[in-house]
Amino acid sequence: MAHDTIVEDNIDVLVVGAGLGGTGAAFEARYWGQDKKIIIAEKANIDRSGAVAQGLYAINCYMGTRWGENNPEDHVRYARIDLMGMVREDLLFDMARHVDSAVHQFEEWGLPLMRNPKTGAYQREGRWQIMIHGESYKPIVAEAAKKSADKVYNRICVTHLLMDESKENRVAGAVGFNVRTGNYHVFKSKTVIVAAGGASMIFKPRSVGEGAGRVWYAPWSSGSAYGLLIQAGAKMTQMENRIVLARFKDGYGPVGAYFLHLKTYTQNGLGEEYESKWFPELQKMVGKEYLDPEASHRTHRPIPTCLRNHALINEVNAGRGPIHMVTMEAFQDPHLEEVGWENFLGMTVGQAVLWAATDVDPKNENPELTTSEPYVMGSHATGCGAWCSGPEDVSPPEYFWGYNRMTTVEGLFGAGDAVGGTPHAFSSGSFTEGRLAAKAACKYIDDGKAQGIRVSDKQIEDRKAEIFKPLEHYTVYRNEVVAGTVHPNILSPRQALDRLQKLMDEYCGGVTVSYMTNEKLLNIGMKKMKILEEDLDKLGAADLHELLRAWELKHRWLTSESVFQHTLFRKETRWPGYYYRGDVMKLDDENWHVLTVSRRDPKTGEYTMEKAPCYHLVGTDE
Amino acid sequence: MPTFVYMTRCDGCGYCVDICPSDIMHIDPTTRRAYNIEPSMCWECYSCVKACPHHAIDARGYADFAPLGHSVRVDRDEERGTIAWKIKFRDGREKEFLSPITTKPWGKHIPKLAEVSGPSKEMRDSQLLFNEPKYIRMDDGGLHTLESNGLKMKEGVYY
Repeated sequence: MAHDTIVEDNIDVLVVGAGLGGTGAAFEARYWGQDKKIIIAEKANIDRSGAVAQGLYAINCYMGTRWGENNPEDHVRYARIDLMGMVREDLLFDMARHVDSAVHQFEEWGLPLMRNPKTGAYQREGRWQIMIHGESYKPIVAEAAKKSADKVYNRICVTHLLMDESKENRVAGAVGFNVRTGNYHVFKSKTVIVAAGGASMIFKPRSVGEGAGRVWYAPWSSGSAYGLLIQAGAKMTQMENRIVLARFKDGYGPVGAYFLHLKTYTQNGLGEEYESKWFPELQKMVGKEYLDPEASHRTHRPIPTCLRNHALINEVNAGRGPIHMVTMEAFQDPHLEEVGWENFLGMTVGQAVLWAATDVDPKNENPELTTSEPYVMGSHATGCGAWCSGPEDVSPPEYFWGYNRMTTVEGLFGAGDAVGGTPHAFSSGSFTEGRLAAKAACKYIDDGKAQGIRVSDKQIEDRKAEIFKPLEHYTVYRNEVVAGTVHPNILSPRQALDRLQKLMDEYCGGVTVSYMTNEKLLNIGMKKMKILEEDLDKLGAADLHELLRAWELKHRWLTSESVFQHTLFRKETRWPGYYYRGDVMKLDDENWHVLTVSRRDPKTGEYTMEKAPCYHLVGTDE
Repeated sequence: MPTFVYMTRCDGCGYCVDICPSDIMHIDPTTRRAYNIEPSMCWECYSCVKACPHHAIDARGYADFAPLGHSVRVDRDEERGTIAWKIKFRDGREKEFLSPITTKPWGKHIPKLAEVSGPSKEMRDSQLLFNEPKYIRMDDGGLHTLESNGLKMKEGVYY
């Protein structure tokens, strides 16, 4: 197979990955850089790519300052308590003060936002969520990005970033391949905004066989946000903070609208309320600052998501499962019943299919809930991602190095899952982060920071050989055996993924071990990870589709290694219900009220870990 | 529920191949029709089902937990701006739902930012984004800052 080299030169802003973060970046970049060259490289088709490909039934991050509902700092406090204190409050405040302007534009573009007939304000699902008819959310924002970009390259799997050879630690573009034509694509760019996705499928899923694709986060979220940034030597933060979701069993249908809008609630197999009885013990583990049911009851302060998971997991392990969502009361109201079904059809069709297949009508029976396998991402109720600069007017010195949302690599920016410490951004917040990164990237260029970038032909040719190696490896070795998938020198992407998932599950706190790990297990797991890395040299791809899977796998591996390193570093159990360090089963604010920051040396693969201070927003008189 | 394609309805047009976010709808070289090459990487997102002009694609719940005998069919109509769903349970019951997908003609109300008047220097030096501050509150209010909201950043364990 010939792989022509196609070079796109003189790009100003290259957007890698066009989900909500990337579309926001491309759209906004045109305003600040009306004469700039803006290019999008997207692994799939921009009209249906990213986590919102299938649609959404709610926008989960909307302040409503227009209706006097919340201020940005209210949202910061909410995200802070939900993540047990470990967030980047400068980035959160910044996202929250801008997010409403994105949502108001969405409405103008045609996204159907529901309105409360009494107040005229957007229909609230909860304090932060508004309800939408979002089947076409993605095509609508894609249209905005397409109007701004000079060109959208669909079906380009970006595998690596290019690095400047005249100045160390400065980005110079990206490379990848076209999954349809097999051509090699080189994007030479002054700035790159990585807006690729977080990581599903790095932990062994509960489902088997076909159902392995019924993951909570999209199967195409291959951790490329992290794989690309880690390979470039960008510092990462909070990568230990994986998320576990309590969802409807097997279909992983969302529960937000059910809890918040339909007012359904959970009970154990005996029909009892179970959460509160786990709280006294849990309070001893994490401290009253983080779990205070009385204060929560009084002030509507949320109980952190991980702690509610903890109660569910322990109740099931105590033999009082299954946990049921009590829908039979709410679903007697035909309007609420309709909302319940449309909620699934709008964003998780598979749950509707499953209930149809199993004759579950939530009007007549209460469906089961379960906790998922862990996921690594940075825009839902967790904040894995790159260590990025905040905005000048908010960030303390440790959090600021010149350009908003710029990683520790010059000219390399992040948005959405790529940015660490900013949970609860969701779709609208990710779009907003893309906008912020785009403005900063244009400023970086206008300030003359991207001058004199040099990329040698050698760098480009070396990457080309590396990218297509799995195809070549397969061709060279396949005839060594008669037929079949068992081969002494070829590992298929699926076989390697299975190995990664099993390893992560058993040593890094997956679902089959009830999210438990410890230092010994982590060290064994990391040894096995190194050996797996060696074997990834023998990845074989029979065709371009498998080559795509091979590179997704390499990004998942890089993500996983980072999760191991961070989990080992943080010697405490900060988020019971997300994972447990069995050797240190307590939250330890004295030593670990800090953000974890890592860097993988791109040349040696060695990790260095450090603690970064955790700043909180407080009143000026506190 | 991985997707599958009905032999007699598919004409091999490739719309599903073009749209699939997971790159798993491919054309079978023998029949020249589309099929799902990797069901375990299918998120049942329905992008291909909605894109198929012949309604040739359907989904069957994942074999490892979903019994047979159900269907969830969809008709997405861009011109009317609606999406219609029909759910058939295994026991034969049916439910139907209809929702809007847009309130405006496609793309007509999305601005082309190359053609709007560009930002002033003052705007560039501020923290504002396009359409701000107006679109934050749809009034004349400004952007929230630490100062305007009486806040500061403090290191350590403070809540």
